[in-house]
Amino acid sequence: MSKVSRRLNVSSTTFRDSFSVSFTVGAYGIAFGAAAVANGFTVLQSCLLSLLTFSGASQFAVVGVLGAGGTALSGIATASLLGIRNGLYGVIMAPRLKVKGLKRIVAAQVTIDESTGVALGQEVRSEDAMRQGFWLTGFGVFLFWNLFTLAGALGAQAMGDIRAWGLDSAVPAAFLGLLWPRLKSNGDRALAIGCAAFAIAMTPILPAGMPIIATAFIAIAVGLQKPGGSNE
Amino acid sequence: MNKYWIAVLGTSAIAFLLKYSGHSVPAKWLSHPKIQRVNALIPIALLSALVAVQSFTEKSKLMIDHRLLGLSVAIIALFLKAPFPVVVLSAALSSALLYNLT
Repeated sequence: MSKVSRRLNVSSTTFRDSFSVSFTVGAYGIAFGAAAVANGFTVLQSCLLSLLTFSGASQFAVVGVLGAGGTALSGIATASLLGIRNGLYGVIMAPRLKVKGLKRIVAAQVTIDESTGVALGQEVRSEDAMRQGFWLTGFGVFLFWNLFTLAGALGAQAMGDIRAWGLDSAVPAAFLGLLWPRLKSNGDRALAIGCAAFAIAMTPILPAGMPIIATAFIAIAVGLQKPGGSNE
Repeated sequence: MNKYWIAVLGTSAIAFLLKYSGHSVPAKWLSHPKIQRVNALIPIALLSALVAVQSFTEKSKLMIDHRLLGLSVAIIALFLKAPFPVVVLSAALSSALLYNLT
């Protein structure tokens, strides 16, 4: 095992889980950096999004909405709706991490799908493993995500016509890759197809970005409707 | 400050506030099953809308082009349980191929 894991007394399983998630997820940063530049963001802006926003789906969303001609406000709104779940992860993690002050600020910034997921996955082993999983994965994804964002942004900048490189298809494919594991029931799939059709149908009518945000209200309506409403 | 800067800073500020508030509110506020369900459905709605808009529209016009091939290849890759980078790369390659040939 490496020096880091020995010093922190981290089990090899926790370290391996954290590292493999950090590296593979971080590598998607290439797709993000490239997508951001392809949609009109500068390399600096792309890197700042990864450093400061640090939430893949939200970052892809703001880039996608502005790239489609949407306003800053509709981009921010879409990204923020996708960021709500990080708040819920915070609710799950806070009583487990028990941190205050500066440490809580750092914990909040690295509270994302992956750090929460690995942490909860380690919980069966021990509380220590759970906390180590959270911090290792949080910092690991942060490191790789930012490095790969820079690489992707610089790469896209060098490309010129992004369509000739397939980047205009890589972005929706990335969204689809983020969406796919969330489709667990037929109700989920119906919602996905319905929202896709709605967004396309509304695109010629509503201002850019609005058709995407509007689908959040479809999700809220379905979710509030009745218990098990997502399985209808 | 142009719209890109506003979007970068606004998105980042709200993203952090959402994360931090989660660490600071009492857990029972958000444990209601309906809130949990809405929270699971919102990403599904937004991500599918983003896939659709990015694949089939161009500046508020509907458009079918080489991106349809890229999306189809991505769907096939996902059905075959391909890892994320393979999904994105195969979509990009097929789409680029068609774009360069036509």
